[in-house]
Amino acid sequence: MRAVRLWSVRHSHGLMKLYDVFEGLIMAVEPVVRRVGYDRLEKPVSVVENGIKSAMFDCQMCGQCALSSTGMSCPMNCPKNLRNGPCGGVREDGHCEVKPDMPCVWVKAWEGSKDMSNGNILDVQRPVDHRMKGTSSWLRLMRQKKDGTYPRPATSARGDAGGSITP
Amino acid sequence: MTDEPMDGDVTGPLNEGPAFPDMMNPGPVDPGAPLAPLPGHTSRGRLERILRAGEFAVTAELSPPDSADPMDVFERASIFDGWVDAVNATDGSGANCHMSSVGVCSLLTRVGYVPVMQISCRDRNRIAIQGDVLGAAAMGVANILCLTGDGVQCGDHPEAKPVFDLDCMAALEIVSKMRDKCELDSGRKLDKAPELFLGAAANPFAPPYDFRPIRLAKKIAAGAQFVQTQYCYDIPLLERYMQQVRDMGLHEKCFIMVGVGPLASARAAKWIRGNVPGVHIPDDVIQRLEGAEKQKTEGKKLCVDLIQQIREIEGVSGIHLMAYRQEESVAEIIAESGVLKGRAPHAVNPVIPEYMQQRFKVQA
Repeated sequence: MRAVRLWSVRHSHGLMKLYDVFEGLIMAVEPVVRRVGYDRLEKPVSVVENGIKSAMFDCQMCGQCALSSTGMSCPMNCPKNLRNGPCGGVREDGHCEVKPDMPCVWVKAWEGSKDMSNGNILDVQRPVDHRMKGTSSWLRLMRQKKDGTYPRPATSARGDAGGSITP
Repeated sequence: MTDEPMDGDVTGPLNEGPAFPDMMNPGPVDPGAPLAPLPGHTSRGRLERILRAGEFAVTAELSPPDSADPMDVFERASIFDGWVDAVNATDGSGANCHMSSVGVCSLLTRVGYVPVMQISCRDRNRIAIQGDVLGAAAMGVANILCLTGDGVQCGDHPEAKPVFDLDCMAALEIVSKMRDKCELDSGRKLDKAPELFLGAAANPFAPPYDFRPIRLAKKIAAGAQFVQTQYCYDIPLLERYMQQVRDMGLHEKCFIMVGVGPLASARAAKWIRGNVPGVHIPDDVIQRLEGAEKQKTEGKKLCVDLIQQIREIEGVSGIHLMAYRQEESVAEIIAESGVLKGRAPHAVNPVIPEYMQQRFKVQA
């Protein structure tokens, strides 16, 4: 399904707009979800989420979706699971060091992010919480946004962050 | 040779003795003792002092032995003694198994060398990495460099499980949190924070080229105070990268040390280009080697030329010499290039415990 995944990156701008609408929608139905129960909905929602996102992004269901920070190119398809940018091993043709026939996930992410005005590619992503694998990131996002516990990036290269070479 | 290394240091504060001498029982001076703390410094090591003093720093890479013999480490380090400001101990470079960087660094600090301990995310998860950081700091390691690591496919154990629990960015962020907030990633408090000068790797010579400076900015945000780059054989590409780096002001936030190394022959260069991930060698470099009568000598000359060009680029704070299997030529290259401008890096002249010098070999 690599062809679809690459299509998604090429259309990152449109997908981001679509996602913004989608996020508004799911936030609107949050009270209903809460009443029915997050735990009860976990299984069916994660099956649907997996179906859609696998088809479109080769989603690996890490449970903490970073697509909006990665130009709609799923970083979990990187053999090194890099979530903050390309490693130093990218080949001169832009392909992966580990899988030479695959275009580097982060070369694609950078292309995709150029078309996303609200992309957060400058944010430093926290390491993956491996307990969340296989769970729905849509439900998690819904719950965390509502409860105000949505995690902020560890740090970001936006603005004047850190560092000085003079004592 | 133009620059004979001399004993002692030229930068003032470096001459201070151990931070906490025991007045009642002075004993022999501990060569591995940390230097006195200085304001604005996060470590008590020499490398940070050299760089912050505005000197053009020189580091070299030590390839750890396939051995349990400490003398194999000391012999490799002694080649660089008096010529470099720090020695990098690689962590399973090229995904090949060697003595661990924690082990190498522990030996080096014990006799007074200045190691940069590399931490690769390929082989260990966040529990092991944080444990190693504490252990290394306790052993006197002042410089740690976090990198992602080559994939297991290119090494001698391609069947191994690649870990990559953290990426280099997360590792940097976690280690700087250990230092600055005195806590583990779990939030659990440390009794004593490690005092570290934190580094990262950078590769300006791999695509996507216009993202590379941004990635450097992220690394700085995550805690990188210095970076060492992949081998540079393409000056125009480095200049373009540095232009972007300067435009973003990154050279004022982080010390940038450019990686260099001698190529043994045109054949070796072609092999490296084809087999070592992330090394970019332009065709004209290979042609220059092919056209030379003595390719090895030409390789060293090329390295000297590159160093002299790199030194002139604004925003570059030093060089990192990776002379794999040509370690003996490091001193010559440094002297030839005049990169130290007469400065003599601290010479250790190590006193190695006698029992370590007895080399027991198992009879086959």
